[in-house]
Amino acid sequence: MTHYLTQSSFPYVAILLLVPLIGSIAVALLHDAQKAAIRWVGLAASLVTLGVAVALLIAFKASDGGYQFVTQHTWASTLGISWLTGVDGISLFMILLTALLIPIVLLGANEERRTKSFVAWMLLLEVGCIGAFVSLDLVLFFLFFELTLIPSYFLITGWGGANRAAAATKFFVYTFFGSAFLLVGIIYIAAVHASQTHHLTFSLLALQGTHLSGVAGMLVFIAFTFAFAIKAPIFPFHTWSPDAYAEAPTGASIVLSAVLAKLGTYGILRFDLTLFPHASKVAAPVLLTLAVIGILYGAFVACAARDLKRLVAYSSVAQVGFIVLGTFAFSTQALTGAVLLMLNHGIITAGFFLLIGWLVKQRGSFRIADLKGLQGPAPIMAAIFTIVMLASIGLPGLNGFVSEYLVLIGTFVVHQWWAAIATLGVVAAAMYLLWAYQRVFQGKAEGANAKIRDLSWAERGVIAPLIALIIFLGVFPKPVLDRIEPTVNRVLDEMVVANCPPHLLCSTSPVTMPGANMPGATK
Amino acid sequence: MLNVAYLLPALPLAGFLILALFGRRLGDKASGTIGTIAVGLSFLVAVGVFFDLISKSNREFTQNLFTWIPVGTLQVKVALLVDPLSVTMILFVTFISTLIHLYSMGYMHGERDYAKFFVYLNLFVASMLLLVLANNLLLTFVGWEGVGVCSYWLVSFYFEKDSAASAGKKAFIYNRVGDVGILLAMFLIFQTTGTLNYLSIFADKGAFSSLTALLVVLALLLGASGKSAQIPLFNWLPDAMEGPTPVSALIHAATMVTAGVYLLCRMNPILNLSSGAQVTIAVIGAATAFVAATVATSQSDIKKVLAFSTVSQIGYMVLAVGSGAYIAAIFLMVCHAFYKALLFLGAGSVIHGLDGEQEIDRMGALRKFMPWTYATFLIAWLSIAGVPPFASFWSKGDVLDNVYRRYPALWVLGLVTALLTAYYMSRLFYLTFTGKARFSEPGPNGEPALPTPHESPWSMRLPLVLLAIGSILVSLIDLPWMHNHDLVSFLSPVFNGDLYEPHESASLQYILATIDAVVAVIGIVVAWFIWRTRAIQPKLTPAFLKNVWYWDNFYDTIIGRPLTKLSTFSYDVIDTKVIDGAVNGAGALATRSASRLRRIQTGQVRQYALILTAGIVALLIFLLTRAF
Repeated sequence: MTHYLTQSSFPYVAILLLVPLIGSIAVALLHDAQKAAIRWVGLAASLVTLGVAVALLIAFKASDGGYQFVTQHTWASTLGISWLTGVDGISLFMILLTALLIPIVLLGANEERRTKSFVAWMLLLEVGCIGAFVSLDLVLFFLFFELTLIPSYFLITGWGGANRAAAATKFFVYTFFGSAFLLVGIIYIAAVHASQTHHLTFSLLALQGTHLSGVAGMLVFIAFTFAFAIKAPIFPFHTWSPDAYAEAPTGASIVLSAVLAKLGTYGILRFDLTLFPHASKVAAPVLLTLAVIGILYGAFVACAARDLKRLVAYSSVAQVGFIVLGTFAFSTQALTGAVLLMLNHGIITAGFFLLIGWLVKQRGSFRIADLKGLQGPAPIMAAIFTIVMLASIGLPGLNGFVSEYLVLIGTFVVHQWWAAIATLGVVAAAMYLLWAYQRVFQGKAEGANAKIRDLSWAERGVIAPLIALIIFLGVFPKPVLDRIEPTVNRVLDEMVVANCPPHLLCSTSPVTMPGANMPGATK
Repeated sequence: MLNVAYLLPALPLAGFLILALFGRRLGDKASGTIGTIAVGLSFLVAVGVFFDLISKSNREFTQNLFTWIPVGTLQVKVALLVDPLSVTMILFVTFISTLIHLYSMGYMHGERDYAKFFVYLNLFVASMLLLVLANNLLLTFVGWEGVGVCSYWLVSFYFEKDSAASAGKKAFIYNRVGDVGILLAMFLIFQTTGTLNYLSIFADKGAFSSLTALLVVLALLLGASGKSAQIPLFNWLPDAMEGPTPVSALIHAATMVTAGVYLLCRMNPILNLSSGAQVTIAVIGAATAFVAATVATSQSDIKKVLAFSTVSQIGYMVLAVGSGAYIAAIFLMVCHAFYKALLFLGAGSVIHGLDGEQEIDRMGALRKFMPWTYATFLIAWLSIAGVPPFASFWSKGDVLDNVYRRYPALWVLGLVTALLTAYYMSRLFYLTFTGKARFSEPGPNGEPALPTPHESPWSMRLPLVLLAIGSILVSLIDLPWMHNHDLVSFLSPVFNGDLYEPHESASLQYILATIDAVVAVIGIVVAWFIWRTRAIQPKLTPAFLKNVWYWDNFYDTIIGRPLTKLSTFSYDVIDTKVIDGAVNGAGALATRSASRLRRIQTGQVRQYALILTAGIVALLIFLLTRAF
């Protein structure tokens, strides 16, 4: 099987990494007191990154399901590590999401205290996230994957709530523990590959051809999946997330839930499905079951959540359940839906956490019991919260619906029962969100709640891009779907779905790659 | 005109956008006017589309707008299907919507969120038109959910009232339960036919096994029972009366709640594949009609009586669908839209005139104070009661004739329901408009006397008059002796023509019609003797009926409370103690076994983290420099 790789004369990927990195270093070199300069440098760096990411989107060839903008440079051939990066329809939108959210965080959720460190860590986190999304070398991916951990840790401990130390440590140790398995897995598969080909490499493209025995394949699959399941987080590995999201400062909650956690589901898509197609298929029933449990369980627990941030955290467990469901259904619609949901969930949770952050700033609490009747004094905030909420519930016309629907219908055609049970999740989502809305925004506001001021024009401006995307991607998702689908078909083709009955919609036609000019590694 | 069909939903959508963005700055008067004009223009377009369509021999026109969700074999377009069924729907939906917008301009006068009311109302109309015009199931679902969310907003319009907030939530969640049915039906249909486009599904109906057809129809029925307030999901509708009265008239009587019936009619080729499913539909419809009618006899809130009456009347429509009498169902739907909207607007006028009082125990003798409301309400009352020659006599009679042919047992139940209908509507009418003026006395629980009622302003009276005229004329579209150039011949192509068999012998038809008329008169007369003089008769309004057969309590016991317990248990025990406990336990265990190592290390995550960062960043920078 041939991988199609295209290069680009313009080094988009390197610039995407260098700009925030330089920005981070520049901010770090500034003096603490130069707040305005810190803000401007940070914002400029993140906006330039966003600009480059948009340029990348424009330069991206929609119908090309292979890796584009590929750069490959061998670093240490004896160690087999190479600088191998590229972008496809799956990573493209994760990069855009990251690049979009960092400026939004810097504008809408910047910290007054120790601004310098906050901005510097935030930009470094951006480097880590984008780096992980573009890496096609397993060690390179691992480095970026780990790199994200550190800024996150410092963001939580530096600006978090009362129990931030415990939450940050748990987050760090838990996810670090998972990545230890990932590292072992990476080394193992590279070693097996080396023994088979006498060529040590960590390139994803090369390792894809590695033949693993059933048991070994399953074990390595489990090692990878364990790390990603913690990160995502997939039920029952989610318990770090409610504490981390709740204790983290708003900006960190946004990036953690919207982008960082996506590294988990992204890792499964990128590495599990391509490196271990057989094990993935064998383990699919287990993952599908965990996904369905996560959808219902997350919703159940969200109903009982006593504060808004934990509510969003548990709703994310349910949403991640949908992503995993779509991933392990192995149908074009479901997998496309899963990738789209990764983007949509990022937009939606970012919206939630941004609004909750503004609320906390005024009201000093995100406990549901402390809040009441906010729709009276703050109708605009209530209206925007409603839009985000309805997107999360999956109201057609808003973005969440398209992805959820694709996941469900794509899963249904191959695994009726799992999909049928998961469909109950649409009722559950309405229950916990509408109930929360009723308790927080409806009723009569009294005391401190009555004195809440509505969103300022600046705040409305900051959240406007998210609302615009929620509506645009709900009404006209075609441009995004057109870019995801070819890649999804490539991934499914590469899995060489065995024993595929015709009604399973597994695409059999070879993926055509117009404009491909560089056939890459072959197996 | 067919080419501008997209304007039908687009005009109210534009109204929605203008009002949502600028409503507060435009002020109340301009907002109300813009909202009303947007819908009024939509009605004019609907009339144009109708005349254009009947001038054509091919009465099936599809307008493609753009591709919505294209993934693999799933290709969903935003496209409209203009055919006799959708045109029938848009005509009465836009007409009644326009009148109710006009009425709302007066009724909502002085409300804090006046502009916002029209924002929701316009979005509602746009969604409703999308629902009926969509050429595929998924797009219908967009409208379906759109009307649902508008209903949620409008029911909880007075959000500071807890009961209103809860009622809105209840409406949404009950509908969501139904939505699971619609989603599953779509999945099954897509799995079977590979498309969600109505005409393509029907063209491929041979692909359905009898089991699949049964499951699809039952799933659709679940969805319809949510939206159209049928057993087992009917009990959100009475609560939805928390919304402003024009909303009850438009959404919870005339249009949205009939969407379930519309969807079942639209899917008629699939319904016809499974007689088992049809029997189920008929039984659900008949049972709902009966249960709701019994409950309506014992309610004392004027809007609650009308709400249960709506549930009951939609039950008749569902019964008609289950009997294969789709055109009778649509006929009743159109007639009901007129007289029920009129009843609700009349009730709104009464409530308006009595400073918000809704208890019929405290009304009476309003005939003298509100002559316009009285006269129009009288017409609506006779219409729904089934007195010849008013609308329900023809339309409900048409339903019952068809049921008689197909399921004689359900015909008996339908007849009993007709008796109850005439009875409870007469009770409502007498207690409200005739007898003693109870509002001038203190209430049964010591409430102070109400001020003298006043007739409503012209913006409210005009819609009443127009709807009253409409209620009288509407039955002309489908009188039994004109079947060659009326609703039946117009709609037949959609229902394959052969479905509407001619009635039995003329004599049987006369006999059935006579029975209907007699039953109506009995109900009216009995109510007259019982309720003419006394407003409160506990024996005739038993707690069992007042409390809706204890339906809500039942759901609360078997679903609500166990779920709440399970949810709290999941949060407090499973998640916190079991899952997180295991993680923390493993962590503690690891720490203890590593305590030996710990002595030679600082043991601080912070320092590890810093060193790690430095290391990784250095490594990455090195990689980068080597790479370029």
